Amino acid sequence: MTTLNIKTGKVDMGHGSGGRAMSQLIKQLFIKHLNNPLLAQGNDQASFATAAGRMVMSTDGHVISPLFFPGGDIGSLAVHGTVNDVAMAGAKPLYLAAGFILEEGFPLIDLECIVISMAKAADVAGVSVVTGDTKVVERGKGDGVYITTTGVGVVPEGVTISGDRAQPGDVVLLSGSIGDHGVAVLSKRENLDFETTIESDSAALDGLVAAMVAAVPQLHCLRDPTRGGLATSLNELAEQSGVGMQLDESAILVKAQVAAACELLGLDPLYIANEGKLIAICAESDAETLLSVMRAHSLGQDAAIIGRVVADEHQMVQMQTRFGGQRVVDWLAGEQLPRIC
Amino acid sequence: MKYVDEFRDRDQARALAAAISREALPERHYRLMEFCGGHTHAIFRYGVQDLMPDNVEFVHGPGCPVCVLPIACIDEAMQLAQVHGVILCTYADMMRVPAGNRRSLMQAKAEGADIRMIYSTQDALQIARDNPEQHVVFFAIGFETTTPPTAVAIKQAQIQGLKNFSVFCNHVLTPAALGAILKAEQPVVIDGFLGPSHVSTVIGSQAYEPFAQQYAKPIVIAGFEPLDVMQSSLMAIRQINQGRCEVENEYSRAVTRKGNIKAQGLVREVFELRDSFEWRGLGEIKNSALKLRNEFSDFDAEQRFSLTAQPVADIKACDCPAILRGQKKPVDCKLFGTTCTPENPMGSCMVSSEGACAAYWRYGRRRGPAQ
Amino acid sequence: MCLAIPAKVISINGDCAHVSLDGVTKEISLALVDKVVVGDYVLLHVGYALNKIDADEAKKTLALFAEAGMLGQRE
Repeated sequence: MTTLNIKTGKVDMGHGSGGRAMSQLIKQLFIKHLNNPLLAQGNDQASFATAAGRMVMSTDGHVISPLFFPGGDIGSLAVHGTVNDVAMAGAKPLYLAAGFILEEGFPLIDLECIVISMAKAADVAGVSVVTGDTKVVERGKGDGVYITTTGVGVVPEGVTISGDRAQPGDVVLLSGSIGDHGVAVLSKRENLDFETTIESDSAALDGLVAAMVAAVPQLHCLRDPTRGGLATSLNELAEQSGVGMQLDESAILVKAQVAAACELLGLDPLYIANEGKLIAICAESDAETLLSVMRAHSLGQDAAIIGRVVADEHQMVQMQTRFGGQRVVDWLAGEQLPRIC
Repeated sequence: MKYVDEFRDRDQARALAAAISREALPERHYRLMEFCGGHTHAIFRYGVQDLMPDNVEFVHGPGCPVCVLPIACIDEAMQLAQVHGVILCTYADMMRVPAGNRRSLMQAKAEGADIRMIYSTQDALQIARDNPEQHVVFFAIGFETTTPPTAVAIKQAQIQGLKNFSVFCNHVLTPAALGAILKAEQPVVIDGFLGPSHVSTVIGSQAYEPFAQQYAKPIVIAGFEPLDVMQSSLMAIRQINQGRCEVENEYSRAVTRKGNIKAQGLVREVFELRDSFEWRGLGEIKNSALKLRNEFSDFDAEQRFSLTAQPVADIKACDCPAILRGQKKPVDCKLFGTTCTPENPMGSCMVSSEGACAAYWRYGRRRGPAQ
Repeated sequence: MCLAIPAKVISINGDCAHVSLDGVTKEISLALVDKVVVGDYVLLHVGYALNKIDADEAKKTLALFAEAGMLGQRE
């Protein structure tokens, strides 16, 4: 088989047609970097024994633009995203499947960077990408590359973490600062030209979750506040559980540069995406324990109690502002847009 | 952030709240109109009204350029993109406002019109330079704060000899709107005004002096931060108690009596008054809006393109007009929270992030059990 | 009205300047202001400096808050 020209080569329609070219791409790019015994078998599927316990499965489509941003790229984001979704059930993520939709003309060198990044992320999270798929669409019909990842994992016995388990009196915890990912990505978008050293917080949270579940297996809820930000996830949890929430703005950490970028554009950090943070809701009696476990982990050093769950038939999330007044933290209406007024 | 955090200090807020409670006479009810949508936004975002005594009430004014823009203007902007095929550059604020047939620029963009959100007029100029074979129109909206940046762009376009750039000018004037509220046939009972922060940076505090005198109302130019709003309210309450009707400047760190002369000069050079302009909620107001001078007609989208939008009447039950005049509150509108929500806005008071209804919805619609 | 935020001028290049807001930097236009020097704070609106912030007036305003606040606390 000829060697794939990664340096200057581009994706062409042949790479998706199932023939030699596709086989070459898979072997010399995907399997080479995502290397693991199951993937190397070269089947259209991967077969593995299931561990005892309940299985968890999750899927995500990744369409981010730009593909490369400070602190990550679509590859690492894809792995982290699905690992985290599985972990939010309290599960240990095990295997990932990855589907690629490549646009004709996409540089192979960029594709290789992305795949290497996925491999690294998978390694850190202790998961393997065991099966995948590749399709190519005509130039103009894609955004370079779209990635869909599906993950499976196993939940330990006795752990029933779910968004509908929050109860009045529970405590709401947040693992760290908000808005980092969204601001890092925005800073690379056209027409919003500002410079910042903020990097995406994209990270695999399975280790943090494992420590939390080990210490407090009776944890009620976990959620990672991705698109739509902290506000959206809290509203989702409130709705699922049929409760309200009362937050304390001064307990919610926003890095200085993130706050500044938001002021500049007229955005609210509560609605900006995070890719390496989680929300936890637990009984009041477990809060201190959970907080110390989180703070002991590298991804939870800035963990804090940010509020409480309250009874509320309107299921509203409200917040005491830093200024001392009250405000409602509502659902996002459409995409948050920068404003001049 | 310097000049920001100090003006949001919680302890200072409590102290000021106590001062306001002390000085607001218990037998009086104070109605203060915060003219500017940015102030409405700040009041709700920080929960300033929770710190005010019950007898001090904020009445939401029309200082939201997105809210007061007639639907027909948005339709004309859409025509430019969809019928005339220009690249339409707009500030993001305009994207979701429902126009004729309840369609917005966002939807027109989804249908294939080349509509681009920009942060600065400089971006629009760059788009024109990058696309020499297409015409680029900048959809100019805003009060006097936002007008000088448009003037700069037009002058630069002229100097650079750009042949494919023009401006669809919908800039409006604050004093005219203030006059319209004060002159209204059924005037709202307003005891004092919190004047806009950044408009005043450009036009200066002296622009309000004729109104304070003629209509005998105190006007306090208020800074943008929540402590500014509270201090300005205190100053207005003091004036009301003492029977004074002056223009006071609380935002002295950014506003002077004369304003920004350089910016005013640039605006005068490029723009002149329109005889009349229709304001949503306030009707036709004379000498309240700007158009490009003849010397700049090459850059005037209204001269280069034929725009034929029909005036569109507001939905009957929509109370935006009364809310903009400070006659009603968002909760008084039958549509608020039922048919009219941020996902399905009936009028621009709900869609614009500055609009009274949007601010009220996002931050304070159901007070619930008070903390 | 209109969102404007104080930003510190960190370098000037003709009619343009680089400003910083707590470490976030941006290139903006100085076409609407005169006599700006590095270290000044300007009010930033849609990519333009609208005015310089007067440091002395800012101090005076903060002092006014404090004074009013103290009167309030005498109750």
